[in-house]
Amino acid sequence: MQEPFRPAYRIATPLRNIAQRFAYMGLVLAAFGLMLLGRADTVLMERLQTHVTDALTPIMDVLSRPVATIANIVDYGRNLANLHDENAELRETNERLLQWQTVARRLELENAHLRSLLNFKPDPNAHYVSARVIADTGGAFAHSLVLNAGTRDGIRKGQAAVTGTGLVGRIAGAGNISARVLLITDLNSRIPVLVESTGTRAIMAGDNSDQPRLIHLPPGSVVNPGDRVVTSGHGGAFPPGLPIGVIALVGDDRITVQPFVGRDQLDYVRVMDFGLEGILQPPREMPPMPVSRGASPNTGGEVASSRP
Amino acid sequence: MRPTFWQRLDQLARKLTPVALTLLLVIVGQIPWHLPGLARVAPLLPLTAVYHWTIQRPDLLPAQAVFCIGLLVDLLSGGPIGVNTLVFLTVYGVIYSQRRFFIGKTFHITWLGFALVAAAAALQAWLLVSIFYTILIRPDALMFQYILTVVLYPVPAWLFLRWQQVFLRAI
Repeated sequence: MQEPFRPAYRIATPLRNIAQRFAYMGLVLAAFGLMLLGRADTVLMERLQTHVTDALTPIMDVLSRPVATIANIVDYGRNLANLHDENAELRETNERLLQWQTVARRLELENAHLRSLLNFKPDPNAHYVSARVIADTGGAFAHSLVLNAGTRDGIRKGQAAVTGTGLVGRIAGAGNISARVLLITDLNSRIPVLVESTGTRAIMAGDNSDQPRLIHLPPGSVVNPGDRVVTSGHGGAFPPGLPIGVIALVGDDRITVQPFVGRDQLDYVRVMDFGLEGILQPPREMPPMPVSRGASPNTGGEVASSRP
Repeated sequence: MRPTFWQRLDQLARKLTPVALTLLLVIVGQIPWHLPGLARVAPLLPLTAVYHWTIQRPDLLPAQAVFCIGLLVDLLSGGPIGVNTLVFLTVYGVIYSQRRFFIGKTFHITWLGFALVAAAAALQAWLLVSIFYTILIRPDALMFQYILTVVLYPVPAWLFLRWQQVFLRAI
């Protein structure tokens, strides 16, 4: 059938090959260009990322549900097997906690009394948004999660993502219906922390391993394995006192922290809005005049120069 | 006989499946599996797909599609954008130019070829990300990811081959 077209085909093939080669080189250059652009203009790339994630959120939401269900069933079976031991352990813990409760009540009363003496201004009440983890992305180079809630639900860039046991990360970008959490283990994560027992201040820096490092400790400070690490609240990004983990290892050149929250256990996380604007909001985003009441707080995608 | 409208539509739909399958794998790769330690070393399934289709049916996986697939991986992963795009395009380019070597080989040779290609891809990705952040990234997670991707290669490869035999034989 193609017989009459043969000659034309013969000429067309090399031409097409050349065109293809040019197209391929163009695409390679475009990829390079994207990398350079991503280095220069993080805001644009972040916005692109937010939009694409937003668009795919419904699909990821649906796909992640059966897996979550299976994980729950497996978990249930495992719990069933450990029921007896766990029960004994819980009873013991319960007894101990009841003692703690008595102590805590007494301290709370005392605290309230002292605060009233000092006219202490309490921290603003936190406001929580619970969201399901629909994607665990990144592989070897980035540690982040995608949540199925976004600016529509009150999530903003810079807020803290926590579970009952501790800090998970911070919101790195929020779309309309999705938000990306930068985990505390990510290479780009820097969090001001406090070693609870000694009050030593430090920065906890992720390095893409499971255990972030403590850096910038004041000279002469002493930390020991097993010390609890909590957020210090400096810089205003996070509320103070959120539990993060315990010191795992104190070496000559590195101090590592074992986080309380494991990445694989995350099913739902709570995003905390403490009403703190934090260091992540550059001044240009503030309403220019107090008159502009209608100016809603800007969405996460717009925030500039936030890479720590 | 000219194919009817529905026949052409059917053909078109079949032709789009390699790209669609690969895009689906990209999204499947993002699902939280709730398995301890897996998230860091989750196999790079889209790379498997790009490798397979470039050898078997490059006519159904044009370079533009490879670009889009890589870009989607980058956008969803939260890492530097452009890295996987470049890595996938390189894999595509290398295999496309050396296709004569890959075609018609036994499965074991193809698998070995994938191990080599994936190693080069991992090294390229590591270099690119290290340059992007201007620090040396810890290579341990990447190494495990590489091993897992290579070990699991037969699973997606078998699926693609079956798909090819069932849906793409006549196209």
